[in-house]
Amino acid sequence: MTIPDFSRRKFLLGSGSLAAAGLAVPAWASGQSLTHARNGFGEMSGEQIDLTIANHHFTTGARSGHAIAVNGTVPGPLVRLREGQNVRLNVTNMLDEDSSIHWHGLLLPFQFDGVPGVSFPGIRPRETFSYEFPVRQSGTYWWHSHSGLQEQAGHYGPIVIDAAEPDPRYDRDMVVLLSEFTARHPHEIARMLAVGEHYFNRQMQTVGDGAMSLEDRLMWGAMRMNPRDISDVTGATYTYLINGHGPADDLQFAFQPGERIRLRIINGSAMTFFNVRIPGVPMTVIAADGQDVDEVEVDEFQIGTAETYDVIVTPPDGSHALVAEAMDRSGLGVASLTSRPGLSATPPPLREIPTLTMADMGMGAMDHGSGDGVDHAAMGHAMPATGEASGAMDHSMRDTSLLPPDVEVGPGIDMVSAMPMERWDFPGLGLDKVSHRVLRYSDLKSKRANPHRMPTRQLEIHLTGNMERYMWSFDGKQFSAVTDAPIRFGFDERVRVKLVNDTMMAHPIHLHGHFFELVNGAGMMNQPLKHTVIVQPGSSATFDLTADEPGDWAFHCHLLYHMHAGMMQTVTVRPFPEGEGA
Amino acid sequence: MMRTLLLASTALIASPAVAQDHSAHQMQEPPAGQANDHSAHTMHQAPVEQAQDHTAHPPQEDQPAESTPHDVHSSHEAQSEAQANPLGQIRATPRAPAQPAQDTMDHAAMGHGPAAQQIPSGPPPARAFEGPQHAADLFFDQQRMAQARSYNHATHGDMKTGTILAERLEAHFADGEEEYAWDITGWYGTALDKFVIKSEGEGAFGGELEEAEVQALWAHAIGPWFDLQAGVRLDIEPDTTAHLAFGAAGLAPYNIHVDGTAFVSDNGDLTARVEAEHDMRLTQKLVLQPRIEFELAAQDIPERDIGAGLYELSIGARLRYEFVPEFAPYVGVEYGAATGRTADIIRARGDDPSGFAVLVGLRTWF
Repeated sequence: MTIPDFSRRKFLLGSGSLAAAGLAVPAWASGQSLTHARNGFGEMSGEQIDLTIANHHFTTGARSGHAIAVNGTVPGPLVRLREGQNVRLNVTNMLDEDSSIHWHGLLLPFQFDGVPGVSFPGIRPRETFSYEFPVRQSGTYWWHSHSGLQEQAGHYGPIVIDAAEPDPRYDRDMVVLLSEFTARHPHEIARMLAVGEHYFNRQMQTVGDGAMSLEDRLMWGAMRMNPRDISDVTGATYTYLINGHGPADDLQFAFQPGERIRLRIINGSAMTFFNVRIPGVPMTVIAADGQDVDEVEVDEFQIGTAETYDVIVTPPDGSHALVAEAMDRSGLGVASLTSRPGLSATPPPLREIPTLTMADMGMGAMDHGSGDGVDHAAMGHAMPATGEASGAMDHSMRDTSLLPPDVEVGPGIDMVSAMPMERWDFPGLGLDKVSHRVLRYSDLKSKRANPHRMPTRQLEIHLTGNMERYMWSFDGKQFSAVTDAPIRFGFDERVRVKLVNDTMMAHPIHLHGHFFELVNGAGMMNQPLKHTVIVQPGSSATFDLTADEPGDWAFHCHLLYHMHAGMMQTVTVRPFPEGEGA
Repeated sequence: MMRTLLLASTALIASPAVAQDHSAHQMQEPPAGQANDHSAHTMHQAPVEQAQDHTAHPPQEDQPAESTPHDVHSSHEAQSEAQANPLGQIRATPRAPAQPAQDTMDHAAMGHGPAAQQIPSGPPPARAFEGPQHAADLFFDQQRMAQARSYNHATHGDMKTGTILAERLEAHFADGEEEYAWDITGWYGTALDKFVIKSEGEGAFGGELEEAEVQALWAHAIGPWFDLQAGVRLDIEPDTTAHLAFGAAGLAPYNIHVDGTAFVSDNGDLTARVEAEHDMRLTQKLVLQPRIEFELAAQDIPERDIGAGLYELSIGARLRYEFVPEFAPYVGVEYGAATGRTADIIRARGDDPSGFAVLVGLRTWF
């Protein structure tokens, strides 16, 4: 293994508080007992990288429990690559069950994408699998297990790919990897979600809570829906981590006043959307999902599970709280960005929990809460053909006649969005009424021009679910029931895909092996490239996909327990030349 | 669906099912001619869309004359290129040519309105069905891939799990009488099909067990919120009686839990029971639960002192405190009354057919 000389800038690992600066040594070199995983991560680079997956213990604050660590750390090591290089990643599985690593956001031959049962057979216990591919891109990405629920247990880490051409806009970069830790076994969490109605939600609406009118309250009740259904798994069991450190760990990032710092923010959580802000320090967004976008300055942004954002900050002298607040405000991850080592910043208190609105039920323009509904209503595009949706108040929240015929109607669908809207200018649940500048998808414009091609086909995929039974699916079919009917694209076919969310939860939908373009009004040549798109509750989101990576790919909701409950499909891009391969 | 109806281990059943599907499906399905027609159709349509976009949105835009043929051309090129290129071969050129493009007013791309509606829906082109059924079979052992594939499907949806809920473990205090009661439900299965066990009963402290029954039911989802339940009920007290049970349980509008079951005993007696309850969250930990229960009979059942019609009802409210959701002690009150001819029978015995009770109990589950 070689460690390239990054002469232009230093890289701060953030792998331990400054008070224990010695911890910056990569874990695999430290000789520390492998029975206890280190919080934070080392860095690995070069043409050949060895990673080992093993069982460990992990502790942060008051929570302590089992973890799956890679090279002895949670998160696992930063894989730092350079655009244009070749890399061979040898992954050894020391667990007693199959494992895998998926390189999230990387363009690579599908057989190295790392999804057991889709791209490869998985890595058996004591087996080593070598992933080998050229690095065709630059930016901020991450890697994680795609086997069972291992990702929840700590089996994930960051990827940074330095661009072939240096970027003069910043002096130093830091990885900010957001995640959660729970001492509960992931399968026990999955069970609680299935059997214990809203078990992890300790912020339910109460009888005396006067914020909602009686009329609205009755309407929600009539629908058997919960207006506080923001996050399935919450701070009731999670400690929110930044680079493996909980709030109690007092993680500090050091900087020199005047330095321009690129924060590479990765949401590597299993189930959490975070609101990211550094009070008093504006952030200039320069990339989304690793792909460059036109610079836009904001004070806060919401990052969905599996998304990444790169921002540049120039903090003034002092100590600033870098806050990653869970979307349901049940907890936060926090670190200090400090020019005075040892001086930690005080995070702001948690804000009031948001409550869902009519728009989140798929009632689009009927919403009086979020101000953006009206614009879209004026465009009149999302009205279903039947036109019955205007009777929005008839409480028919499950008119299955609105669904296209390929959606399987059954107990797995508890709601149908009557009037789904594209809400590109909705900044995320709970951020639509804050007074400062919040990033919206409509702010994202690809920095490099995309080829101008009209799609030749359109496709509608419904995101469906039943909260009460904890069933999640695409088009009403859990992956376990699909068996063998993938979503097919012709090689190089350009397709406009509309995702319609017939549920009251926001879903981060991820397509492996490709970047699609959000049809967000930026103009076809500047539609931002993403690997993961949040589809807001009761809303739709449309992207243009040029399916130019042949092979079979996973396509799923990146909320881990939603995927586990069936919200997954295989996408296949063909033709696929026969006779090639191993 | 059929698969899940079987309460046997689906893991065992799922694997062969998936494997068989693999061998059969997909490849031959789409009539190639039709799909070809379709792709030809879309190619012809592309220029029309372009033209309309530009008339609708006059300001600027790159040259339709150039981009349209390019679209058509690139489709052809893509196919031949794909056939020539081994899988995994990487384009040497960056995917997006860096060119300054300021066409932020490209309304054609906004994804709503006319443009989107003119893009045809339809099946994928014929080429999307080419090649092996599973791409990874070209690179890895096919048997291992088949195993991994069936496991991957089986573990994304259809999770089998279970729980036991003691909704009521309580003591009743009324007019110097002290009684106990239980109401426990357990289930194991998937989101759609469950094996359900229920037990309830009551007796006097220091006295004898007055009523005790166990039900074993199969529950199958018949809608988003309701399960059909069918099975057997065995009464242990007051006398040993077996029943067939048939009913429905689930969540009614306004979040009211409802469970209604009809029973036919081995003596041919038809009875029914309906329960409804609702959790009102006063604080995050304090929950008030109103509850109502009716018992009905289609005929007199003299050996149990039951008269035809509505023969018993109880209305109660329980206030519980959830130290954790799994452990919630409560206090409550309940009014219970025998009605109609059943009440007459009780009165004739000199007893009071109705009365209030104060309750103390525990709601717990795991």
